[in-house]
Amino acid sequence: MSDTLLKTIFGRLTLESFPIHEPILIATFAMVALGGVALVGALTYFKLWGWLWRDWFTSVDHKKIGIMYMVLGLVMLLRGFADAIMMRLQQAMAFGGNEGYLNAHHYDQIFTAHGVIMIFFVAMPFVTGLMNYVVPLQIGARDVSFPFLNNFSFWMTTAGAVIVMASLFVGEFARTGWLAMAPLSGLDYSPDVGVDYYIWALQVAGVGTLLSGVNLIATIVKMRAPGMTLMKMPIFTWSALTTNVLIVAAFPILTAVLAMLSLDRYVGTNFFTNTLGGNPMMYVNMIWIWGHPEVYILILPAFGVFSEVTSTFTGKRLFGYTSMVYALLVITILAYLVWLHHFFTMGSGASVNSFFGITTMIISIPTGAKIFNWLFTMYKGRIRFELPMMWTIAFMLTFVIGGMTGVLLAVPPADFVLHNSLFLVAHFHNVIIGGVLFGMFAGINYWWPKAFGYTLDKRWGTISFWCWVVGFWVAFTPLYILGLMGVTRRLRHFEDPSLQIWFVIAGIGVAIIAMGILALLIQLYVSVRDRERLRDVTGDPWGGRTLEWATSSPPPEYNFAFTPVVHDLDAWYDMKSREAERPVGGFRDIHMPKNTAAGVVLAGLSAVTALAMIWYMWWLAILAFAGIVGFAIWHSFDYDGDYHIPAEEVARVEDARTHSLASTKPAEA
Amino acid sequence: MATTAAGTEAPAFYDLDPHEHPAGGSTMLGFWLYLMSDCLIFAMLFAAWGVYGSAYAGGPTPKELFDLKLVAVNTAMLLFSSLTYGLAMIASDEDRRGATLGWLAATAVFGAAFLGIELYEFSHLLHEGAGPQRSAFLSSFFTLVGTHGLHVTFGLVWLAVLMVQVARGGLIPANVRRLQCLSLFWHFLDVIWIGVFTFVYLLGVLR
Repeated sequence: MSDTLLKTIFGRLTLESFPIHEPILIATFAMVALGGVALVGALTYFKLWGWLWRDWFTSVDHKKIGIMYMVLGLVMLLRGFADAIMMRLQQAMAFGGNEGYLNAHHYDQIFTAHGVIMIFFVAMPFVTGLMNYVVPLQIGARDVSFPFLNNFSFWMTTAGAVIVMASLFVGEFARTGWLAMAPLSGLDYSPDVGVDYYIWALQVAGVGTLLSGVNLIATIVKMRAPGMTLMKMPIFTWSALTTNVLIVAAFPILTAVLAMLSLDRYVGTNFFTNTLGGNPMMYVNMIWIWGHPEVYILILPAFGVFSEVTSTFTGKRLFGYTSMVYALLVITILAYLVWLHHFFTMGSGASVNSFFGITTMIISIPTGAKIFNWLFTMYKGRIRFELPMMWTIAFMLTFVIGGMTGVLLAVPPADFVLHNSLFLVAHFHNVIIGGVLFGMFAGINYWWPKAFGYTLDKRWGTISFWCWVVGFWVAFTPLYILGLMGVTRRLRHFEDPSLQIWFVIAGIGVAIIAMGILALLIQLYVSVRDRERLRDVTGDPWGGRTLEWATSSPPPEYNFAFTPVVHDLDAWYDMKSREAERPVGGFRDIHMPKNTAAGVVLAGLSAVTALAMIWYMWWLAILAFAGIVGFAIWHSFDYDGDYHIPAEEVARVEDARTHSLASTKPAEA
Repeated sequence: MATTAAGTEAPAFYDLDPHEHPAGGSTMLGFWLYLMSDCLIFAMLFAAWGVYGSAYAGGPTPKELFDLKLVAVNTAMLLFSSLTYGLAMIASDEDRRGATLGWLAATAVFGAAFLGIELYEFSHLLHEGAGPQRSAFLSSFFTLVGTHGLHVTFGLVWLAVLMVQVARGGLIPANVRRLQCLSLFWHFLDVIWIGVFTFVYLLGVLR
C-alpha cells in the first residue's frame, strides 16, 4: 500500500506508535493483558455478561450507577498510585551519577498522568459516585431527575478514563504537567499525540461531569420529600448541591479553554502561542478559573460526609447546622474569587496579588467554622470509634495542617519563595489526601452497609487506616522540608546528595501507603467473604439520622414504597423517636424508568471520535461523530422510556423486609 | 426548632396516598441549567475577545473587514426567526398543529438564511487572507462567531427532527416540552447574538 493511503486510513498512527522499546510499558501491558484475559474469561465461564449488561451497564438506577462510579474510582486509584510509586522510586534513586530507571520522556508522562488520573478519574468518580448513591436516598426520592442522562454521564466519564489508559500502550501521554500549560502544550513544543490524548480525555469526561451536575441540582431542587424545606435538608445533600452548582459553573470554562487549545493545535489559531498576538498567560488565567473551583468541587462533598459521620457517631444533632450551610455557600462563592493565587509570580502587580491573597485567606474562616462545628458536635457526645469516625478524626488533624500551609502560601511574598516548590506539592496532597480521600474512605465505610447489606470488616479497615495516615505523614513531611529548602517540583534528577535522605524517607512513606491500599483491598475481599457474619438486616446499622437509613439495605429498586414525610432536619431520627409506623400494606404501582443501552453506545462512539481525532484519522472521526448525531436522533423517537412496578411486586419485596425485620431485634429497641 | 414535639399527636410520616407526578417535571429546570453552562462557554469566548479583540499582529483590522450592512441584515434574520418561533409557541398553546409546524418552518428558513449569510461572510474573509490563523484577533473572532453559528446549526437539526416528531405524534406533552426547550435554546442564541453584534461588530468597528 502506498504511504498516502496508509496515512489516510491510519492518520499518524504507525508501528512506531507502539512503545515496544520501553520494557516497563511492555511488562505493564503484559500484566494488563493477562488480567484482562483472565477477567473476560471468568465472566464468560461464569456466564456473567448478560447479568453485567442487563443489571449494571444499561441500568438507570442511581444506586447502581453510583456503585459503578466507585468501582471506576478504585480501579483508577490503583493506576494513579502506580505512577506515584514510580515517581518516588525515581526521585529516591537519581542522585549524582545515578540517572535512576526512568528516562525524561517517560518520567514527564508519569507525573502528568498521575495528576490527571488522580483528580479526574479517581477523586471525581468517587465524589460523583457517592453523591449519586446517597442524595436521592437522603431526600426520599425514587431516582434522580434524569435517570438516562445519569447513565450516559457515567459512561462518558468512563470513556475519558479509557482514553487516558489507551495512551499508556498506544502513543504517549502529555509531558506537560496536569494542567498542560501553554505554550508548552502548543503544537510547537508538544507536536506528538500526548496533549491530544489529554484534551480529548478531559473533554469527553467533562461532558459527563457537567451533565451529572445538572442532573443532581435538578434532583435536589425538584425531588425532595414533602416537608423537606431547604433548611431541613441533610448536610451531605447541601454539600452535594453546592458542589454541583460549582460543577455547572466551572466545567464549561474548562471546556472552553481546552477547545481554544485544540483550535491552536488543530487549526493553527493563535490563542496561546507566542506569536501573532497570542498570549499564553490567558491560558493560565482561564484554566485556573476552572481549576480553583475544582478543588472545592472535590472537598465540599467530603465536608458533607464528615458532617454526617460526626453527627451519627457522636449520637448528637450536628452542631451549628445553619452555620454549616452558610459556610458551604460562602465557600462556593469565594471559590471563584481566588484563582489568581495559583500564579502570584505572573507579575500582576501588588494590588491584584493583595486582593487575591486576602480572598484566599478569607476562605479559611468558613472552613475554620466547619472544623469548630465538628469539634462542638463531638463535645460531650458519646463517640463511637467506628471506621468512618476514625477517618473523620484523622481528617481533622491532617486537614488543619494542610489548611494552615495553604494560608501560608496565600501570602504573596511567601509564595514567591515557595511557588512550584515541593512545599506546594506537600500542601495540596495534604488537603486532597487528608481531606478528599479520607472523606471518601469515611463515606465508603459509612454507606457500604447501606449499599450491600453488610458492614465492612473492621480489623482490616483499621490496618488500612493506620497505614494510610502514618504513610501519608512519612511521605509528605519530607516534601514540606525539601520545599522550604527550595527544591522545585517535577524534577527527575538531583545533584546535591544531602537531599537524598529526604526522598528516601518519602519513598518509605509511599510504601506504607501501598500497604494501606493492599489492606483496603483485603478489607473488601474479607468483607465480601464474611458477609453473613457482617450482615445487617435492620437497614440502619449505625443508628443513623437521615432518610437513607429508613429503607432496607440494599434498598429496593424504588427506594421507598411510600415517600417519607419530613418534619425535622434529622428526619429518620425523628421518625424513630416518635415511633413512626412503617406501612405494611396498601401498596401502589410504582412508576420507574426503563434500562437503556443508549448511554453505552453514545459514550462508546464519543471515545471512538476522540481517538480518531487524536490520531488524525479524519474519516473515522467524521463517521463516528455522524454516528453520535444519528443515534441521538433515532433515540429521541423512542417515547417509551418507563414502566410500572406492579403493586403485588412491591408488596412481595416489602413483606420480605417485614419478615426480616421481625426476625431480629430492631436497633433502637 | 423543637426536635420532638412531645405530647402532640404523631403526624403522618409517609405519604400513603400518592398522586402520580406528571413526567418531565424537572426538564425545564434541567435544560435551563444546561443553557446557563453554555452561557459560560460564551462568557469565556467573549472574555477572549475582550483580550484579543485588538491583537491584530499587523494584519487586517475590524474596520477593514466588517461589513456592517451585511451584519445588520444577518441580525434581522435571526431576530425574525425568534419572532416566528414565538408565534409557533403561541400556536402550540392553542393546540394548532398545522400553524405550529408552519411557524417552525418559517423559523427554519430564517435560521438557514442567517447561517448562509454568515458562511458567505466567513468565506469572504478567508478569501481575503483574513483567516483564523492570521492573528489572535481573527482567532477569537472566528471562534466566538463560529461557536454561535455551530449552535444555530445544531438548533436547525433539532428543529427539523422536532418538526417530524410533531407532525407524526402531534402536540402531546412530551413534544410540547421539547418545543419549549428548543424555544429556550433558540431565544438564548438570539441573546448571545445581541452580544456578538454589539461587542464584536459595532465596538470592533468603532475601535
